[in-house]
Order: sequence, then C-alpha cells, then structure tokens
Amino acid sequence: MSCHTRPDGPPYAGGYGVNTPFGVIYGSNLTPDLKTGIGRWSLAAFTRAMHEGVSRDGDHLFPAFPYYAYTELSDGDVQALYAYLMTRRPVSATVPPSTLPFPLSVRFLQEGWKLLFFRNRRYQANPSKSAEWNRGAYLSEALSDCGGCHTPRNLLGGEKMRHVYAGAVVDGWIAPALTDANPSPLPWTADALFRYLRTGVSPLHGAATAATMTPVIRDGLALPVVSDSDVRAIALYFSDVDHARERATDLGAMMRKAVAISSHRSEEKYDSDAYLYHAACLSCHANAASGPLPARPELALNSALTLAEPANFIEPVLRGIGSRDGAPGLVMPAYAAALSDAEVARLAAYLRRTRTTLPPWKDLEKKVSAARRDLPYE
Amino acid sequence: MTTFTLNGRSVSVHSPPDSPLLWVIRDELGLTGTKFGCGIGFCGACTVHVSGRATRSCITPVASVAQAEVKTIEGLDPGGKHPLQIAWVELQVPQCGYCQPGQIMQAATLLKDYPDPDDAMINAVMAGNLCRCMTYLRIRKAIKLAAARMQERGAHG
Repeated sequence: MSCHTRPDGPPYAGGYGVNTPFGVIYGSNLTPDLKTGIGRWSLAAFTRAMHEGVSRDGDHLFPAFPYYAYTELSDGDVQALYAYLMTRRPVSATVPPSTLPFPLSVRFLQEGWKLLFFRNRRYQANPSKSAEWNRGAYLSEALSDCGGCHTPRNLLGGEKMRHVYAGAVVDGWIAPALTDANPSPLPWTADALFRYLRTGVSPLHGAATAATMTPVIRDGLALPVVSDSDVRAIALYFSDVDHARERATDLGAMMRKAVAISSHRSEEKYDSDAYLYHAACLSCHANAASGPLPARPELALNSALTLAEPANFIEPVLRGIGSRDGAPGLVMPAYAAALSDAEVARLAAYLRRTRTTLPPWKDLEKKVSAARRDLPYE
Repeated sequence: MTTFTLNGRSVSVHSPPDSPLLWVIRDELGLTGTKFGCGIGFCGACTVHVSGRATRSCITPVASVAQAEVKTIEGLDPGGKHPLQIAWVELQVPQCGYCQPGQIMQAATLLKDYPDPDDAMINAVMAGNLCRCMTYLRIRKAIKLAAARMQERGAHG
C-alpha cells in the first residue's frame, strides 16, 4: 500500500516515488487494470514476482521491491494477496519510469545483484521458540519487511546480513536499531512496542513521527486487518531481538531520574540555550516529579536524542507532528518558520548535552539547513 | 481541503495546507477570540486546543490538524463559565486583555494534567505565555482559585 499508492492517489494504482541512493523508483500499478496494472498476471506470474523478483515479462524487478523478504511468504499467503489485489477496482494509471542512471537501469544486470544478495526460500519456523514468536518473526521478516528500513545496506543496496536490524537512514530519517544496540534510555519491551505499533506512541520512548513510519502504523499494521494478536507477536519478536527483558531493570527509578534531569536547575539561570528551550518547548514538555505523562513527551526518555545522528530530532522540530502521526490527534507546531537554523541547532545541542550523557552531535547547523531544504513548503 | 472539528462543529476549509491554523480560524472561519502575537510560537497569544492540548496555532499548519478536534476560547465552555473564566473575572485578571484567551487555554491544559499545580509547575507550563501588562501574579492566583474550585466540585461529585 505505502509504496504502490501515491499521496492522495487511488489505492494500489502506483506512482509513489521511492527515493533510493541510486535514483527514484516508482511503485507500479497493482490494480487489476489490463493495460497498466496486473490484470493479465496469472497466480503463477504473481508468485514468481513475490518469491523470485521476476516480472511477468521475465524482467528482473529492482530490489526496491522487497522480494528478498517476500520470498519467505508461504504459498497460501501469496495466494491470498493475489486474490485481494485482483478484486480491487482497476485503475488505468501509467507510472513514470525510474530515474536510475545507466547501467543500473538495465534490468538484466540485476541478475548479478540477485546472485550476491538473494536466496529463494520460504520462512522456516524456529523450533526452539514459541508459536507467537515464530508468527512475529514471519510477519516481521516475510511480510512487513522491517529490515527494509531498519537493516543497513551496503554500497550495492544489499542488506548487510551480519548487521540485521542495526539501524539505517531512510529519506533523511533514521530508522533506529531494533537490536540491543538501540540506545533508547528505556529498553523497548513487548508492551511498549505493542503500544507504539498499535497507537503510534510509546509514552516512555516517543512517537512515530517519521514520514516513513506513520503509514506503517496507520495503514500497514492498522485495524481491522491486522489483529492485536499479530501486532503482539511482532512486539514479542522484537523484544527478544533487542533483549529487552534482560535490560529492563528498574523502570521506575529510570523514569524518576529522567524527570529529575529535565526539571529546572539553578545553574541554567544564565544559560541562553535553556531560555530558548523554556520559551519554545517547555509548556508542552514539562513534567512534574510524579512522573512523565503520556501527553507530555519526556525528552530525557526520548529515543531521538540518543541516536548517533540528530535527524530524528531536527525533522519533527522543523516539520511539526500532524494529527495522523504519533499519538492520534495530538499535534506539534512546525518550527521551520519560527526558528533559525542556528536556533534549532542550539536546541539540539542543549538537549543532547543536558538530557543524555552521549557525545555532542557534530555540524548541527549544517544538518538543520540541509533538512530545511527538503521541507515541502519551503 | 482540510476537514477538522472546530468547537464541536465539523468544518472544511480551503486555505492552502501550510496556512497557519490561526489565520484559518480568524479569517476563514471568523472566530477572532484567538489572537496574533509574535507569529513564531513564542508568546502564546494564539494558543488553542488540539485534541485537548494547548497548541500554538500561529505555527501549526492547518493540514496537520486534519480530522482533529480544535477548540478556541469561544468553545472552551458554552456559556463562558469555565472555572478558569469565572476566576479570571472574579479576580479581574486582565489589564489590556490581549493575551488572556491564550493564557486561559494554556491554563486549562495545565489543570487537566495537574489539578493542583504548585508554583514550579505553573511556571514551567505557563512560561511560554507572555503578558506585556505583567498580570502574571493575578494569573497565578486565578489558576489556583480555579484549581481549588474544580477539586472541590470533583470531591462533591
């Protein structure tokens, strides 16, 4: 859905531009239109595309289409997807050609990529784990392709299999590590992940603000299609991948510490960065000593401040957070028109300095200015 | 076109998606209780509620409140009798009055989160709402008066 529907366009009719490091690739028309869609595709052709990355006409598909993940789908699930797509309303829509440069645009050369990075296989259950864990692993790896964003890719666009879920950069945002390398102050337990994936926000970690994660939660994993039990299975799987249970020690103490860090300190009296923060941010982000409230995101617990790069802090500050992102209905104003690059950089540096014990971010002002250039309304 | 709820009524507006919510409310929808102050989210005069949370409308793009519930000072209480409004009148808080709708909207979110706020919490949450007439001391007093009454009312059912 996310890749095969352009913003405000008809569902599955294609045209969404996926920015890859190699060029823009447009999602194809998956409606059963005979000329421009997949109306002439047989189940066998569809299965071959899903499992082997080969188009009906025999061309290799670009791995922006995650056949390297869908290859793990069971035949039954591929059939179900086929039946679903073939019963959508056909839409006649031609999709623009990709902007890949020669020779990457030559499809038969994709053969080499496949030899290097692709293995045709179905999901094999791990017998040492529970049925719920296996369901979660199947949904995450074969269907949702979480690794598509959260696993770094090598220079040829192949996923680095020794760094599965180690985090990566997507469309200017950071898709954080889903392993125990994830630097969030509080580990992502199964409960926290479930709440985040179901509602868009985890009060003790932050909200789904990335342009890339909102559709995953609001469309891909949304009710009524994806049941609570399936989302729970995904949450359970990743809470095992990131060893949350072993790391979840005294959550209460960590929360109290975070609020104490954020509360006003006398040495800030002459700190102009603190003044900027108090004037711009505090009325929404202040929490009392009793603990953080879900509607008052506690920045000392926020994942974005702990990542190696500031992208996930800068983007929501400039763009704001819409009613569809994060906690449903709640918004954050867009500070692009209110704060200069230098001021956003000062806020980022101040929060990194006071809310975490991590090394300072580098070249902040340059990064803010680069992020600003990509804003839709600038 | 953006559709949202304004003071309980569904509205659809045609302003461009990046128009500040403040100007959509004032110019396109004609409710002028919400004020323009600094235009950069630093004075609080434009504060409205989005899904019950105080939000600076002058830097909130209208597209971002799609499907959300927006409430302005006109809709805080149907009869203008929110405990904060009563306390405001009783203690004669305003001087020129320009910032007061924003002050009251911000204070309403404060009391929802912290029904019995101490001075530190009032300072933290209200710090982004400026008043050039310096009515801060009366604002603090009125917040405490309203909080006490709301708690009393809550205690007596």
